[in-house]
This record gives sequence, C-alpha cells and structure tokens, in this order.
Amino acid sequence: MNFELTEERRMLQDTLRRYLRAEYSTERRNAILDSAAGYAPEIWSGLADLGVIGALFDEAQGGFGGAGFDIAVVFEELGRAGVVEPLLDGALLAGRALALAGRQDIVDGLIAGDVQLAFAHYEPGGRYDLDYVQTEASGGGLTGRKAVVMHGGAAEHIVVSARDGDQIGLYLVNAGAPGLDARDYPLLAGGRAAEVMLDNTPAEPLGLGLAEIESLVALAMVAQCAEALGAMETAVALTQDYLMTRKQFGRPIGTFQALAHRMADLLIELEQARSAVINAAGMLGTRDEATTLAASKNLIGRVGRQVAEEAIQMHGGIAMTQEYELAHIAKRIIMADHRFGDTDYHLERFIALSAA
Amino acid sequence: MDLSYTADEEAFRAEIRAFLEAELPSELAEKVRLGRDLTKADMEGWHAMLNARGWLAPNWPKSFGGAEWNAVQRHIFDEESAAANAPRVVPFGLSMLGPVLQKFGNSAQQEHWLPRILDGTDWWCQGYSEPGAGSDLASLKTRAVRDGDHYIVNGQKTWTTLGQHANMIFCLVRTDPDAKQQEGISFLLIDMDTPGVEVRPIILLDGSHEVNEVWFTDVRVPVENLVGEENKGWTYAKYLLTHERTGLGGVGFSQAGLAAVKRIARAEMHNGKPLIENPHFAARVAQVEIEMRAMATTNLRAISKAAAGEAPGLEASMLKVKGSVIRQEINDLARRAVGPYAMPFASEALEGANDLVPDPQDAGPVAAQYFNNRKLSIFGGSNEIQRGIIAKVAMGGGR
Repeated sequence: MNFELTEERRMLQDTLRRYLRAEYSTERRNAILDSAAGYAPEIWSGLADLGVIGALFDEAQGGFGGAGFDIAVVFEELGRAGVVEPLLDGALLAGRALALAGRQDIVDGLIAGDVQLAFAHYEPGGRYDLDYVQTEASGGGLTGRKAVVMHGGAAEHIVVSARDGDQIGLYLVNAGAPGLDARDYPLLAGGRAAEVMLDNTPAEPLGLGLAEIESLVALAMVAQCAEALGAMETAVALTQDYLMTRKQFGRPIGTFQALAHRMADLLIELEQARSAVINAAGMLGTRDEATTLAASKNLIGRVGRQVAEEAIQMHGGIAMTQEYELAHIAKRIIMADHRFGDTDYHLERFIALSAA
Repeated sequence: MDLSYTADEEAFRAEIRAFLEAELPSELAEKVRLGRDLTKADMEGWHAMLNARGWLAPNWPKSFGGAEWNAVQRHIFDEESAAANAPRVVPFGLSMLGPVLQKFGNSAQQEHWLPRILDGTDWWCQGYSEPGAGSDLASLKTRAVRDGDHYIVNGQKTWTTLGQHANMIFCLVRTDPDAKQQEGISFLLIDMDTPGVEVRPIILLDGSHEVNEVWFTDVRVPVENLVGEENKGWTYAKYLLTHERTGLGGVGFSQAGLAAVKRIARAEMHNGKPLIENPHFAARVAQVEIEMRAMATTNLRAISKAAAGEAPGLEASMLKVKGSVIRQEINDLARRAVGPYAMPFASEALEGANDLVPDPQDAGPVAAQYFNNRKLSIFGGSNEIQRGIIAKVAMGGGR
C-alpha cells in the first residue's frame, strides 16, 4: 500500500501548480472567459511547453505518462485553478483516440501544442447513453448532428462517432470539410462548444469501435472527477478563509457552531471525493474499472453539489458575484455532473454492474 | 377543518383568472415562462394594467388607492398570477415602502409619494444592505449628518435590486453614531438624481444584472424626506421586514417550476424511455412534490391566521426556509432533466433547431436559473438567520 505520488508525478504537480498560480489569476481567467475565442492560445502553448499534454500519453505515443494517476494529477491542478482551456476533450479524448488509431503525426503536433482537436460523440436526445449514435456513415461521408462538442468551433480536426449499419465507429473529420457546420456558442461555466452538423461530410475511418469509445470515456471520467476534486479543493479553501475573516455580530462567522459544523462536513466529504478519484485512477484498466468509475462519478456528483451549494451559502451574497473566484469554481463543479453521465446515471449503472 | 375555499373565494378566483386571460399579453407570459429577462417597460406595462383595474396594491387600504384584499384573496391572486406566468409585481414601492409610509409617514408624504407609486411616476429601490452589513443589518455605516434643512449622506449600499431602473431609493442611514447599534438609525427617502449618487452594476454568477451598488458622496437630502422620527428608523425597517406578507413560501413559483420539470422530463429520453419514467428521476420529482404539497398547506394555514387578524408567528421564517429549499430543489431537477444541454450559456445559441430535445427554449435558462436562485436562501434574511430566529423563540437561546 502506497498513497504517495511518484517523484515524476509530484514534480509535474508542483510545476503545473506554480505555473497556474503565476499565469492564471482570477482576473486573467475572467478575461479569458470574456474573450471571443473562449480560451487563451498562449496558455495552451504554455501548458504544452510544461509537458502537461505529454503527461496524458505513454512513451510509445510520444508522451511520458498516460496512466490513471498521470491524468488525475494534471486535471486536479487544472480544476483547482478553474482552467477553461479544453484539455479534457481536445487533448485527452481526441488525442488518445488518434494515438490508438496510430495517427502519430497528429498526436505529435498535439503534444507540441501546435494542433487543436475536438471529440464529437454525444448526440441530441441521447443524454449520456454511450451507444446512442444516430449519425450515419455511408459512402465515405458522415451525416448527423453532435451535441455540445467542446472546442468544436476552433478545432482543426474532429474525432466523430458514427454508425455504419449496426457498427459504431470513430472517424476523423477535418475542419473546413464540405458539409461540416460547427455552430459555436459560449458555455455557462466558461469555454466554448458547438453543435456539429454533418451533411455527407468526408471522413476517414479510424478503425475504432464502441469498445474503444468506452475506454476513452473511462479516461475522461477519471479526468473529470479529478478536475471536479481540484475545483472542490478551491471552493473549500475559499470558504474556510472566508469563515475565519468575515465578521458579523462582532465575531468571525466561522465561530458560529452552525457554520463550523457544516464546514467540518465539507472537509469530510472532500476526503471522500479525494478517495473516489484515487479509486477511479487506480482501477483504470482493471476488471473493476466500470463499477469503480460509476461509483466515483456518482460520489463526485453528489459531493460536488453539496460543496458548491454550501460554499456559496456560507459565503452569502459575495459568492453570487461573477468577479469572485468561487462563482466560476462553483459553476465548474456543478457542470462536471453534466458530462459523461450524471449522479443518477451512474447510480443506475453501479446498480446494474453490481448485480451482474 | 375544511380545506376547500368558500363560494366567495372561488368567485374571486374566477374573476382574477378571467382578468389574466383577457389582459395578460401572451408575449409577456411567454417571456416569464421561459425565464427571460424582463425589461423595465415590460414591468411598467404590467403595473399599469393592474393599476387600471385597481389591483396593483392588493395590501393597501382603499383610502390610499389599494384593493384592500385580505390574505386569502392575495394568496389566490398570487397563485393565479404564477399559474398564468404573469410577471411578479416589483415589490419595493408597493409592498415595502407603501405600508411604511401609511403607518409612519406624515400626511404630506402620504399624499405626495403614494399616488406616484401607483401611477408609476417613481420606481423605488431599497437601500438596506451594505458591504459590511449583510445578515447583521444593524451594523450599517452609511452616515447622514444634519446641515440646516438637509441631511448630508455619505456611504455605500449594496445588493440594490433593480436599482438601475430606479429614480428613488429608501435608505437606512446612521444619524447617531454614538447610540447603541439599532438606535441611531433613520429612514430616509433619497432622489437618485441628486448629485453624488452613483449606481454601479453587480454582475451575478449567471451573467445577469439585477443588483447594484449605490454610492453616496455628500448627497444633500431635504429633511422633509425623513420618514417618522430621527433615530427610529430601525423600528420602521423591522415593521417592514415582519409586515404581514403572503407568498413567502413561493408556492406558485414551485408549482410552475415543477410543471416545467415534468414537461421537460416527458420529452427527454434515456435508454429508449422518457426520463419521467426513470425510477431515480421520478423518485426525485415525487419527493419534492410531496414536500411542496405539505408546504402549500402550511402556507394556507399562515394565510388563514393572518386573514383572521392574528399576529404573525414563526411561520414567516419557517416558510422562508422550506420554500427556498423546495424552489432550489426544483431548479436542480430542471438542470438534471436537460442533461448535457444544461451547459450552453444562452438559449439563443441553440435557436433555429426546432426538432431538438430538449427544447432549446427550456434548456437555455435552466442552469442559469439554478445558479441565480441560490440567492433565495441568502437574501431577505438568510436561512441561517431564519433558523436562528426560530431557535431563539423556541428555546430562548442564542444562535
């Protein structure tokens, strides 16, 4: 039993945390949120230069990590700082799909920070169901619609799922391809996404199917859980500070027992969330992967709501304002439950998998 | 015990319903249903329609131009208005300042200000909270110093709802800094066009602009704008805060919100079945509905007590806590119901896709509303303050 990070991962964590502390203040991030692109290309390159994208791939794929704990370390720090640059979809999901498909040319560009990617799988009407794919592949072209595709408007290549008969597969679509229309919009919790419309759009099959989509989404769930954990750590730290400094009725509000106990509950739940992330990262690729991921995503969803809502409530009005750090962080925590299956979806999945 | 309304009350309900059907513009109701921002003109227009019918000030005596409805009638009006998606009447002049002027203002103030509230000449906002004085309101610091026929006001108010539309603000100001906290406060009416008044927007976490900071720098306010006696303002403010009100639990909003959740969940599909049939989601919806039914009756019990002229007890605090929690739970269900489509920032982004599930008009505002309504348990005396009041009365203890 050893819960220490390896030396390499601890260095990655330190480097990334220091970089984001210096380069990603609340003011800087809020300026990025208001920008037309919805992300900062220089932050993206900065992260690539630090090796953050490379940490998401193993050596054979041109990286130096790629395991569950590498992913967890990276995304926990991104979550802590409320980073909106789309590494989860643009680097991890799309990049690992292309690595699996042997498209090393694109992966190398991605790791160097030179290529922007997107991953388009979910569809309108399908909620979080992984096998709900109505987009059709026929005669070398894709036709259909993909929902809330992160970074879909800015990506140079999009990895798209489609159905050819009863076979679900992944395809590569290039930006600017005929019949491709990415309708781009801002997201409530920052960044931009697009509705991706495909009308007989030329696409290259990647030779990957539903099983690979499931394993890619498993990576994404580890990342999403870790990101939510990092954001929760910030929310709890801000609340702790606030309770010790804000005075009402002549004393710091944290000295009121009603609030002190609720703060204690948040600290307890935060450790539950941390363990859930460790479970998810550690069980990746084992036969317990599916059950553990469902359990972790459910717990993170439930605890996330408690942390976000209680952090806002204990702050009071100040947390309701856009310019305060917690506003963005709370939105990130809640919106994590709208990706890759929410609390209820994974409760149901856990029940089904446990019964099997 | 009889849970049914009297024949008179049912007739009253029919009259309200007929009025709403005939007068409430459908575009306005649609905006309310979809949670879109209402313009100043939208709200003023609706006030004018109600005023023409004599219903704009349900709680005011007829002698001041009000409808003089009892608590049950006001409840029926609120319930029908919420069901028809009528805008909420802006409360600052009508439910807050009006009753204070009627009880504590002099006749000159009543004759000047009350008709202007009804005909829309003035839009009032409330200047209570300050950056250092939120739940602990009595610690407010904005100063008013007497200078001949004027007070000179300096300080800052915050969380001023719809202050961007207002031309008048009623303020709590400190007139005696040496008195005990609650004893040196006065109630002052300030024209916002006076030099030295500055309104700065506060953007909330859902991107909306509904509250403001209001700054006062050497603002000269004529002494005739003092309501009641100097240094007695806290009494008037407390009267206003505890003034018998209906609709504290927001039952109408909860009912409308739950109906919307069910509508979304009937269209939304999960594993080939409507989400409303999913046992986990259905259980969440049912649990809230069960809570809401009981609270609706608690609300009616409080209303019935008020209509019989009994002094309000702890119901106000209890309904505030329970009502806010239920409404927030419904907002949470709505964002869950739309799944990944809770993420886009604006419904406008998804327009032009009529065949989409969920309907972009439903999906657009739900997450923003979820975040915006976190305010329900914070403002107007946070739920912690309300629990403190309940505990203190029940056990005589502190917080």
